[in-house]
Amino acid sequence: MSNIPENLRYSKDHEWVEVDGDIATIGITDYAQHSLGDVVYVDMPRVGDKFAAHEAFGSVESVKAVSELFTPVGGEVSEVNDGLNDTPEAVNGEPYTTGWMVRVKMDNPGEADAMLNAAEYEEYLEASE
Amino acid sequence: MSENELKKTPLNAVHREMGGKMVDFGGWDMPVQYKAGVIEEHLRCRNVAGLFDVSHMGEIWVEGPDAIAFVNRITTNDVTKLVDGQAHYSALPNADGGTVDDLLVYRFNGEKLLLVVNAGTTEKDWDWISGSADTLVRMSVASTRTDGDAQDLAGGTGDADKSVRTPKLRNASSDFCQIAIQGPEATAMLQTMTETDLSAIKYYHFTTGQVDGVDAIISRTGYTGEDGFEVYAAPEFAVQLWEKMLDAGRYGEDGGILPCGLAARNTLRLEAAMSLYGHELGDDISTYEAGLGWITKIDKDADFVGEDKLRAQKENGVSRKVVGFEMTEPGIGRDGYEVYVGDEKVGVVTSGSPAPFLKKNIGLAFLPPEFANVGQEIKIDIRGKHVSAVVVPTPFYKRQK
Repeated sequence: MSNIPENLRYSKDHEWVEVDGDIATIGITDYAQHSLGDVVYVDMPRVGDKFAAHEAFGSVESVKAVSELFTPVGGEVSEVNDGLNDTPEAVNGEPYTTGWMVRVKMDNPGEADAMLNAAEYEEYLEASE
Repeated sequence: MSENELKKTPLNAVHREMGGKMVDFGGWDMPVQYKAGVIEEHLRCRNVAGLFDVSHMGEIWVEGPDAIAFVNRITTNDVTKLVDGQAHYSALPNADGGTVDDLLVYRFNGEKLLLVVNAGTTEKDWDWISGSADTLVRMSVASTRTDGDAQDLAGGTGDADKSVRTPKLRNASSDFCQIAIQGPEATAMLQTMTETDLSAIKYYHFTTGQVDGVDAIISRTGYTGEDGFEVYAAPEFAVQLWEKMLDAGRYGEDGGILPCGLAARNTLRLEAAMSLYGHELGDDISTYEAGLGWITKIDKDADFVGEDKLRAQKENGVSRKVVGFEMTEPGIGRDGYEVYVGDEKVGVVTSGSPAPFLKKNIGLAFLPPEFANVGQEIKIDIRGKHVSAVVVPTPFYKRQK
């Protein structure tokens, strides 16, 4: 059973968002990391890059597969998790904490509110099983 | 293909119980990895031992006085060089010089050979070998070389008649389970289960004996770049052998054996730069193109399928060949990605992956001969971005003897 923290918002692309004011921290869910298997590389944007909501901002690669990362919210990248360059396996081990990927200064914080909550994401996973 | 149509090995339920993540592999329901994950499985096989269910592989018996002559006509390696209890890697060429499959040929005696072929191609191979057997024999008779240098294929009679009688062929794929135990501690682990002296079996040799009281073929072969064995037995003993091998390997303890799925099997063979059919080999890929000239005995004393086409490739050179590469910038050049030199598209990646033991991103790719030299700088198109790599020697990994 996937770990789905209550305090986060979720996309159907299996990203999570933690909102703090107009800053959104983004990563991939426990379900996503489990599907990918051992993560070996995360290709991330640069600080200052701008993305519209649902645009690809990078990719995450496991031994077996590559998966594009889509930002659920539009805005400007304010920080990237450089620690993943050395320890990409944090995405598997701690997807919701040390495995975070980017922070985005949101153009429209309302986009995060429109995402799935934990219960809705869980339902979505069950329906797609 | 839906799940209930997939073929299952006798260990299917065991894989599920052990947390195997099951996938459709060429029509077989197989574990791609277990709970430990591909990296840990790969490293454990390199450092200790790994256990692999390879029961999906196909087995074909070839029996009769002309078994060796027949297999020599349908494969690229020289079967006459095998002695009893020896095996070799070989390929089934087609008439165009392409490759029907790659395989192992085991010599039990002068009249009994076992061909071990890939799972996904077993039916194709069987149809090819059995369906074309008579044609192949006639063809080869018509083109047999002069008496002076032709080996007597009729069975030592010294007769001018060089005909090869079709041997008895039997697709025995469902008669076997096959379990591979591979890694530096594999021999010691397996030795606890058998009275056969495993140290007496040389690399690419085999014997028949008992493993845990079960009649088995014990073969010092593998697809990982490690020392180890492949054990063939009747399918009803698969679960017993699997569980006993896990016990012998101290499964569950730190530094014990781990079951390995298809993902680790692939990364292990890739580090060892072993070909995978459908990637480095195919119906339109020759052994020379795949870098398998060492199993293509073009001057052996038998005419064989595709010989003329292969000889022309050997004499004139090939237009592409498989080389090893290593990424020199972050990124993973994966199967099917295009390879560039400057702005020119020159080739394609046949297998590419992170290498868990070497901790590099490596791969095999087709390149034209002019770019197929160690040190050649190339670019790989990774989703629109040209990322740097360099041609390197293979194998990427070679075990310490």
